[in-house]
Amino acid sequence: MILSTNNISSHFHSDQFLLWSLRFLALMAGSLLLLVVVFLVHEAWPAFQQIGLTSFFTDADWAPTEKLYLLTPMLWGTLWATLGAIMLAAPIGILSALFIQYCAPPFLARGYRRLIELLSGIPSVVFGLWGLVVLVPLIARWQPPGPSLLAGILILFLMILPTITLVVQASLAQIPVSFIHNATALGLSRWSMIRRVILPTAKAGIFTGIFLGVARALGETMAILMVCGNVVQTPSHLFDPIRTLTANIALEMAYALGNHRSTLFVSGLLLMGMVVVFVMMAEGLRHREIYAATK
Amino acid sequence: MLPQSKSVQDHCGAAIIWSSTGLISFGVLWLLGDLLWHGWSQLSWSFLFSSPENAGREGGIGPILISTSLILGVCMIVAWPMGLGTAIFLAEFTQDDHRFGRLIRGSLDVLAGVPSIVFGLFGNALFCQALGLGFSILSGGLTLACMVLPILIRTTEESFRAITSDQRLSAAALGFSTSTTVGSILLPAAIPGLLVGSILGIGRAMAETAALIFTSGYVDRMPESLLDSGRALSIHIYDLAMNVAGGNPNAYATAVVLVGLLIIINLAASWIAEKWTTLNQLPT
Amino acid sequence: MTRFKLVAWLGAFFFIVTVFSQTLAMGTQGKLVITGSSTMAPLVSEIGKRFESLHPGTRIDVQTGGSSRGIADTVNGLADIGMVSRALKPQEHSLHGAAIAHDGITMILHQDNPVHELTDKQIKAIYTGDITNWKTVGGPDAPITVVNKAEGRSTLELFLQYFQLSNRAIRAHVIIGDNEQGIKTIAGNPHAIGYVSVGTAQYDATHEVPIRLLALQHIPATLETVQNGTFPLSRPLTLVSKTPPTGLAQTFIEFSRSSAVHDLIHKQYFVPLP
Repeated sequence: MILSTNNISSHFHSDQFLLWSLRFLALMAGSLLLLVVVFLVHEAWPAFQQIGLTSFFTDADWAPTEKLYLLTPMLWGTLWATLGAIMLAAPIGILSALFIQYCAPPFLARGYRRLIELLSGIPSVVFGLWGLVVLVPLIARWQPPGPSLLAGILILFLMILPTITLVVQASLAQIPVSFIHNATALGLSRWSMIRRVILPTAKAGIFTGIFLGVARALGETMAILMVCGNVVQTPSHLFDPIRTLTANIALEMAYALGNHRSTLFVSGLLLMGMVVVFVMMAEGLRHREIYAATK
Repeated sequence: MLPQSKSVQDHCGAAIIWSSTGLISFGVLWLLGDLLWHGWSQLSWSFLFSSPENAGREGGIGPILISTSLILGVCMIVAWPMGLGTAIFLAEFTQDDHRFGRLIRGSLDVLAGVPSIVFGLFGNALFCQALGLGFSILSGGLTLACMVLPILIRTTEESFRAITSDQRLSAAALGFSTSTTVGSILLPAAIPGLLVGSILGIGRAMAETAALIFTSGYVDRMPESLLDSGRALSIHIYDLAMNVAGGNPNAYATAVVLVGLLIIINLAASWIAEKWTTLNQLPT
Repeated sequence: MTRFKLVAWLGAFFFIVTVFSQTLAMGTQGKLVITGSSTMAPLVSEIGKRFESLHPGTRIDVQTGGSSRGIADTVNGLADIGMVSRALKPQEHSLHGAAIAHDGITMILHQDNPVHELTDKQIKAIYTGDITNWKTVGGPDAPITVVNKAEGRSTLELFLQYFQLSNRAIRAHVIIGDNEQGIKTIAGNPHAIGYVSVGTAQYDATHEVPIRLLALQHIPATLETVQNGTFPLSRPLTLVSKTPPTGLAQTFIEFSRSSAVHDLIHKQYFVPLP
């Protein structure tokens, strides 16, 4: 970046002002996370002190009234629901973005894009309501009880698809036209061009889209609460009801006191931990990509 | 744009793309159709302007629309300057391995994954209790701003990074200050990303329920100030559908209004983006 | 850049002005903050609105968050009055509670389920997983989908108390939060069984929702039987305050217990005090 502070000898006062105000804003934004973490740790502290970290993974069950605080089944529920959703949403999201940018006539592209934009703003309660009233009875007819991991995956898929589609499409829109002209001049077929030129160039956008999608899926509360069944068990197949960590917090926070409440905050920290792990993996991949590309 | 499809691979690819988008469109239209089917009979001008009665089963959603707009307004006014500033900082003033930049970016990424209900509880503790704002539209808007910030920053930063360096090099060669380069050359070129960021951000803000229950509250009266508690559309839908017997028809109608509001906002955002871009383009 | 800066500064200026002007403008002319049970929130909200129209200048703000939050906020002073959808527990007797209405809890089935009555013993066996198929109790050959409420809800506590069960003994297939979620779940599954508030169920059953209320110990589940006290499973909806209520809080609680709000209570499908 030629605008990096390390090699600019700026004559302009406005630049100094700009740099410092931007630094300040960035600091404020970054310190938000610090505040959230401090809050979570403060609320979760009693649980750490009185229950201990290992109990959350070794207790017999999740039964706070009998002082049992096992979190593992809900951890698995969260992971499986998010994994399933992203495995559906990532490819279809990228395909949808390609559709909007390249394959569709302008009128259809605009209309489809508007549809996806709409989908992105529909509240989780509406997804949950539709899922509960339409999707779950359908699944129940196929295989009772109905509220299940499958319902959760499908609803999450609908919720994160717009994020992936729109972000990828925006980055496709920013690919310089010259890349495509050059590729055409080289005689590449349409599909080869997509595979070898367009998608690699848009890689950063695809990463961002998938990342935001995963983040949204991990943190989704209301819709999951309505369609997943909320039974605390490790799912053994798609039609098992599950409870995610977020649904657990939502269901029980209203009535929890003392250690029970602190444990719910521990599960919040656990979720953040999972996001941190995911972010670190993504950063690691990103770095390898960038350095590989510059070789 | 792309060359004509020729090979089998091309045709297969096209078939896959068309069928998946067809499937998605079908699903979305099914969802929207369901909403319209159940909610259409309740819609009217008085529904949009009158107050809720009988726990929301009768009457309208006037005050709720106002509260929602105010919450959204506070959220955007607070989030955009901070988001844009941080994104420009990360994109233009830090290299990839710059420590401060990586720290900020990493912490924003983690923030993106915090569940909405945790934000609600955090917002309650920070804005409602510690800062003394109580259950209010202001608390709700500020909490939503925290939630929306990572999305805004991520998408905006990506769009700045996607601008090729020849634009910046030309600007430097012409002796522009950084401020001018960023404001007059880079910002207009990053409009697609900014637009996506705002649409996703607004969408996320309007879709939020769990965070708002604990911050902007449940009161469905017309708010008289930003410090009043005000019910958002999504909370109204949740209450009517899940808590109040016989609230279903109005819940669906409110959902239809929300979708309508979204369409208007998205159209407005696209229009603004187009105007900004064309205003900045040099005549060819 | 100038254009952007201008917009940003204007926005910030406008925002600050709005906030400060409103802070100055806000006067407290009798404000009550009431938090607690989401079951009671619609009712108390409506009572609040009527109270405001009869006593101009007052503001009754009702927030949800659950019965425990109602208790906690009242104890901490964050709320003037708490809403609790059950009777006060022994350890809460330092607080002052006043019942404003009653609510019953009924078992519900899907309308298409031919089973019309179940004994207490059968219900208990279904919920502990001893009976897993409808044919054992005279229904079709299909697995039973057991719907239970989430832990901590007062409805669950009453259910467990009546059937003498512990929550861990229950083998549920679906766990729900609010009443309507339960009703929608059962309406979507012909082989489900669950329990919800009587008023809600009665309203929905008479408005084309395919559910049926079961009698308990041969007593039909209707608002009338809850009112005359014959229905075995009922609970009081209570307003709590930290100290004996004074001033505005006292006026409001007395208003909520008076016959002036009986029509509001009926409209929310609860049972007024006798």
